[in-house]
Amino acid sequence: MHTQPSAPDPDAILDDLCARHGTRQDQLLPLLHALQERLGYVPPHLVQPIAQHFNLSRAEVHGVITFYHDFRSAAPARCVVKLCRAEACQSMGGDRLLAHAQQALGCGLHGRSADGGVALEPVYCLGLCASAPTMTVDDQVFARVTPARFDAVLADVTHVQTAEAV
Amino acid sequence: MSTRIYVPCDSAALAVGADAVAARIAAEAARRGLDIEIVRNGTRGLLWLEPLVEVDTPQGRIGFGPVEAADVAGLFEAGFHDSVDGNHALALGLVEQIPYLARQQRLTFARAGITDPLSLDDYEAHGGYRGLRNALLKTPEEIVATVTASGLRGRGGAAFPTGIKWNTVRKAPGTEKYIVCNADEGDSGTFADRIVMESDPYVLIEGMTIAGIAVGATRGYIYVRSEYPHSIRQLEAAIATATQRGYLGRSLLSSGRSFELEVRKGAGAYICGEETALLESLEGKRGIVRAKPPLPALAGLFGKPTVINNVLSLATVPIILDKGAQYYQDYGMGRSRGTLPIQLAGNIKHGGLIELAFGVTLREILVEYGGGSASGRPIKAVQVGGPLGAYLPESQWDTPLDYEAFASLWAVLGHGGIVVHDDSADMAKLARYAMEFCAVESCGKCTPCRIGSTRGVEVIDKIRAGAQPAQQVVLLRDLCDTMLYGSLCAMGGMTPYPVLSALNHFPEDFGQPSAGERAA
Repeated sequence: MHTQPSAPDPDAILDDLCARHGTRQDQLLPLLHALQERLGYVPPHLVQPIAQHFNLSRAEVHGVITFYHDFRSAAPARCVVKLCRAEACQSMGGDRLLAHAQQALGCGLHGRSADGGVALEPVYCLGLCASAPTMTVDDQVFARVTPARFDAVLADVTHVQTAEAV
Repeated sequence: MSTRIYVPCDSAALAVGADAVAARIAAEAARRGLDIEIVRNGTRGLLWLEPLVEVDTPQGRIGFGPVEAADVAGLFEAGFHDSVDGNHALALGLVEQIPYLARQQRLTFARAGITDPLSLDDYEAHGGYRGLRNALLKTPEEIVATVTASGLRGRGGAAFPTGIKWNTVRKAPGTEKYIVCNADEGDSGTFADRIVMESDPYVLIEGMTIAGIAVGATRGYIYVRSEYPHSIRQLEAAIATATQRGYLGRSLLSSGRSFELEVRKGAGAYICGEETALLESLEGKRGIVRAKPPLPALAGLFGKPTVINNVLSLATVPIILDKGAQYYQDYGMGRSRGTLPIQLAGNIKHGGLIELAFGVTLREILVEYGGGSASGRPIKAVQVGGPLGAYLPESQWDTPLDYEAFASLWAVLGHGGIVVHDDSADMAKLARYAMEFCAVESCGKCTPCRIGSTRGVEVIDKIRAGAQPAQQVVLLRDLCDTMLYGSLCAMGGMTPYPVLSALNHFPEDFGQPSAGERAA
């Protein structure tokens, strides 16, 4: 079981970030990124205080959060695997890799593995198109990913995470 | 004296284990008591060879690649650090003599892979900041005139003359102006912007500084997609060093001119590569495309006159100011002057960055540089210019890479990305993907793009399922016509390029009679 030693207080974190980012609207995306980096997602109950901070409507802030693929409104899985679905990766067996990943994790794109620990998401181009197919696991990038390499990387990551949780 | 060993730190090398290779080299050298210095250079762009390890020798840098961590002990065993052994299975000889690299014309990418990307001293030792020093001796009019005379056109895809855009901003009234760098390189098959940012970030900083001085802007933003975290880190580190050393900030190089630079991270929206959507995003809004006019040059970021250029356009400015407009203009053909950083990717044996003067043919790139498909099967189609670019069949591969030549084929050169597909590719499936991608990434402002893309997926699904395909093809063409002429920007307006080129050149993949059958 993955437990966090001391759960961060989202409201306190937001207050801290608001103080650092100022109230000009062009700081909205940087603030959302910073918030998500700390909490893993943008909790829906913070939309109202964020809107108030920038003197925007809740609808405007909600609109921004939902427009961009990066921002999440719910806590992410422990580990997020993103497979590139763009043309260059398709040309090098990206579909086969996706099928393998779906089978290995037992879920589809936008889904999570049976234990909920690994999320599988699409990404459109990592700029590694001459070394396709490619993927990211959390912040790490991997290229020339064969099904065997996928399994090895994932075993590595889940092993490390299990060790951390113990 | 210690031996210098280079291990690239570009994402393309990191993604295939370069950090592990560097660590193993350090450990192995320590174990053997050898005196070595590891430099993390950028990439040479010979991406199929990554991680490409280089050893400095009196004769030049000798390459080994692709090196895996498991190969390192064997390399030491073979004496690669003594540079006596050219017989190791991974030995490539002098890197600068590898034909793929030796035959290129590296202007924008003159330093990539050679230097330590974050070393400002290295940058200056290799010709860096000479362009800015020259620019500081010129009037803004003269800087703009030099860029105009060089013939440089926007490398982001639209190919608008850079000097003319700059002149509009220079002449625009107002004291608050901005330089915005579009580093939202979302097109599949393109990575040249990424290589600039990760392997030679100071050249972009220098180019933006020159732009600022030319048009009277004192602040610049680099909008980098979030899929490029390493680029963001490199740029932020380079900006900090340049600022600390007086190349950015108030009265840079004691010139009395000021320029400040900031990196902004995108949030995973492809449409933000469209310049007006990018400006909206920078302002903290949804990335919704703006109607033009007004041009961003007159009313851009925060409503102020704004130069918005692609990474490659800005990164090419320093060499133009260093060597002169004529030097740059001497490369190229027709109205496409200078060099094009071609990005060869997908199902190709030797993928990488190939900077050449405009005019080289697609076939030369695919065969002489690319060495054929990675799978060994015949190449069926190549998509040039990203997901909104046309698919070209073999009959069109003798076309020179030139903006006008491509336009005459109803294709686009775009940002210079080439994605290769072998004969196992299903062109109807790729056409469906083009529509699906448009549906996922459309900003939703105009109807042809927002609704058309979803209808496009449905129609192609029916064609592929064999449900009244002939009628559906008529519908698909009609739909593409609406998207082409009715969309607000290139997203909806160019999605028909891959769709219709696939349909026209490979009708059999859509269950239609092939060109030969129609003629018979």
